[in-house]
Amino acid sequence: MKIRVTINGKSYSHDVEPRLLLIHYLREVVGLTGSHVGCETSLCGACTVELNGKAVKSCTMFAVQADGASVVTVEGLATDGKLHPVQEAFWNEHGLQCGFCTPGMIMASKQILDRTPKPTEEEIRHGLEGNVCRCTGYQHIVNAVKAAAAGAGK
Amino acid sequence: MATTMTQTETFVGKRVRRREDPRLITGTATYVEDIQMPGMHYAVIVRSPHAAARIRSIKTKQAEAAPGVVAVYTGKDTERVGPVPCGASLPGLRVPHHHVLATDRVYFVGHPVAVVVATDRYLARDAADLVEVDYDVLPAVADPEKALAKGAPAVHPEWPDNTAFTFHQEGGDVDKAFAEADLVVKQRMTSQRLIPMALETRGVVAEWRGADRQLNLYTSTQIPHLVRTLVAQMLSLEENRMRVVTPEVGGGFGSKLNVYAEEALMGFVAMKINKPVKWIESRRENFLCTIHGRGHVDYYEVAAKRDGTILGIKLKIIQDLGAYHQLLTPAIPTLSVLMMPGLYKTKNVRADIVGVFTNCMPTDAYRGAGRPEATHGIERMVDLLADELKMDPAEIRLKNFVGKDEFPYATATGLMYDSGDYAAPLKKALEIVGYQKLRQEQIEARKQGKWMGIGISTYGEICAIGPSPATPAGGWESATVKIEPSGKVTVMTGACPHGQGEETTFAQITADELGVGLDDVLVIRGDTAIVQYGIGTFGSRATAIGGTALYFALQDLKAKIKKFGAMLLESEDVTFSAGQVTCNRTGKSKSLQEIAGASYRALKLPPETEPGLLATRFWEPPNFTFPFGAHIVVSDIDGETGQIKIRRYVAVDDCGNMINPLLVDGQVHGGVAQGLGQALWEQVVYDDNGQLVTGELMDYAVPRAHMMPWIENDHTTTPSPVNPLGVKGVGEAGTIGCSPAVVNSVVDALSPLGVRHIDMPLTPEKIWKLIAGGN
Repeated sequence: MKIRVTINGKSYSHDVEPRLLLIHYLREVVGLTGSHVGCETSLCGACTVELNGKAVKSCTMFAVQADGASVVTVEGLATDGKLHPVQEAFWNEHGLQCGFCTPGMIMASKQILDRTPKPTEEEIRHGLEGNVCRCTGYQHIVNAVKAAAAGAGK
Repeated sequence: MATTMTQTETFVGKRVRRREDPRLITGTATYVEDIQMPGMHYAVIVRSPHAAARIRSIKTKQAEAAPGVVAVYTGKDTERVGPVPCGASLPGLRVPHHHVLATDRVYFVGHPVAVVVATDRYLARDAADLVEVDYDVLPAVADPEKALAKGAPAVHPEWPDNTAFTFHQEGGDVDKAFAEADLVVKQRMTSQRLIPMALETRGVVAEWRGADRQLNLYTSTQIPHLVRTLVAQMLSLEENRMRVVTPEVGGGFGSKLNVYAEEALMGFVAMKINKPVKWIESRRENFLCTIHGRGHVDYYEVAAKRDGTILGIKLKIIQDLGAYHQLLTPAIPTLSVLMMPGLYKTKNVRADIVGVFTNCMPTDAYRGAGRPEATHGIERMVDLLADELKMDPAEIRLKNFVGKDEFPYATATGLMYDSGDYAAPLKKALEIVGYQKLRQEQIEARKQGKWMGIGISTYGEICAIGPSPATPAGGWESATVKIEPSGKVTVMTGACPHGQGEETTFAQITADELGVGLDDVLVIRGDTAIVQYGIGTFGSRATAIGGTALYFALQDLKAKIKKFGAMLLESEDVTFSAGQVTCNRTGKSKSLQEIAGASYRALKLPPETEPGLLATRFWEPPNFTFPFGAHIVVSDIDGETGQIKIRRYVAVDDCGNMINPLLVDGQVHGGVAQGLGQALWEQVVYDDNGQLVTGELMDYAVPRAHMMPWIENDHTTTPSPVNPLGVKGVGEAGTIGCSPAVVNSVVDALSPLGVRHIDMPLTPEKIWKLIAGGN
């Protein structure tokens, strides 16, 4: 099936198998390997991308379902060589260790802040429920989201 | 060209943000699954759905004829591939032959039976369903105590008692200690099977360059060099014809401190089809077929005097080994025995281990590896003893600690504790948490029918694993430092960090020693074609041993730099500091960049000195290191639901000197999360037929952000005398210190009901039943 998708502001057109998952389309057809596959069942969130402004798990969506949509992946966050404030905050606050969950975690964090610019700690933790990190115990991730929120208010 | 800045700013001890992060936060890092090669093929493994069965036949014709399929291999094809290695040796150890693909029998659910190779990942998966395996299903046993019972199904028919080994260790005079005791407390407790669950599953890309007889293996491992040595052996390939590359590794926690069947199998496939092949483990496979941790049933007895003095400890461990030995499987419970006295002075200990085969995935090293089990045991027992004697749990600990003036301290289990002040973190944690006030509050809370508990755990651990005699494959670590002609510094470490951050901490050490900036240093790891032989990252060893190897290599280089500086300055009276050699008489100096240039240009050389600036050191540690600390948990329990809410979590850890306290805190947080996972939520459940019931993240409860309490970190600092950096290691501390503090807190909360012990995980169901039953 022919699909047309805007990814990180750039338009792509491909003929794909109807059963091709969006995550495999992004990683293997488009070549954006930042989003990861951690569980194939929507439970870990490593594949989180933004689809028409909403965070989605790209491992349980077909590429054809993204036809006509606008997708943002972690690779699309930095602009003109400048990190997105959430990326910068993850770096400053040591919000990552092995880094495998990080692209999904950053996309989920961005979503929290898009919806709630000044989240409470509870709102941050609740917002990150769908993303598993096995390294950090989440504390520095929570700090990163707080720092990004504080920075955006300046 | 960028110049190498010489500077006086130092970095060790500072909360420096990590140098590995830019690639990770931008999605540009390369993990195994990100590797693409022209002509790449994909492998899918057909696995046994039964825990025990004879294989009557395997039909592969249909799968072979499926679109895109280039080959299907079964156990018959791989018979000449060597067995999956067990590196541990114990007297009388029974070692089953562990084929990479099952031959005539399967021993656990997930046992690899065939591999399907196709041009496309989806087509390989389709064809895997077309492989027909005819099984004659046999009775299985999944519980270690049931496996020891008479008449239990034999996991391996040649050993009907299911016993892989027994192990006995004794120190002091245990019988005398127990005879003289005023009281003996006894408890059976379990340390349940856990799934390490690194977020990146395992994965392998194998590329065979036939004309060169060269196998390139990209694998997500903690031990690239050992994988090279052992997989080359399995494939009968010359070791120097094999290159193992460990790109970014998405977490390990011990689960990638191993050599797996699939690593050799992909090498085999690549050599057969003469094309690159990729295999990426699914999450379900990861739960079924990557090693599990823990799996203990422990029987404790502690003898004591009425004043609380611990006289002796007896321990029987029943270790669930699973169906095979992976790399270190049988060795893990022996670490529990070494650590069984904890931080306490008793010299009389007796331990017996029975290692039991079950029709399950093998257990092996998972974060803490034997030490969380031992710490959980002794810390629960000390609380039981305090309860029996109506003593305060803090007081009984302070009474029995090895004193700070008794180091180095020889333990009853043959260890030599390097340095310590065990009371210090406990006192600090008690102060931070406000212990006396909380005890007052607890009295009031109980009057109001509230369930509030305070739990203490004071842990010790064996880190910097470890001197070579204590390890199966060498306990040293290596480092090479090259100062390039421009003065830029390249470090190659034999350690293999996979999230711990040594690209940063090793740059901090290097920058300080050489007086250069962090940006002047590049740390390379994880490629056997680039890095000298190394051991890898596990057992909280990378900084304590790998960092020390680096430190000594830097000392060698500094001596050489000084020689070149003296020659250039035409003076013997020189000092090297802040990145330059200075003549003490004239005050004239030469920068590191000038010296490096001169050393490679080599127009003139100091006496008996070779050109260039390169040094390699392999450092063998004289001892382990022994970090310690105190964790305190305050919990409130909802009597209606059995839900446990952790109100406070205080962690005071002493890991010796800290190279980067920001990263130390991160290690503690992650460790505590895994300890809390064990204490409250996580458990592997196999049913009686050996089916894995907790086979997905839906059923296996890893901690998520909203489940974690805020962790209040603090530290005491007792440098280790074992290495010149004074570091001890911190990767496993959180996990080891955590679970007994949580369980002690909850048992404390429920103690008015007469509750003495609860086995992990402390599910709301268990807690609710205790409260409902008690009321």
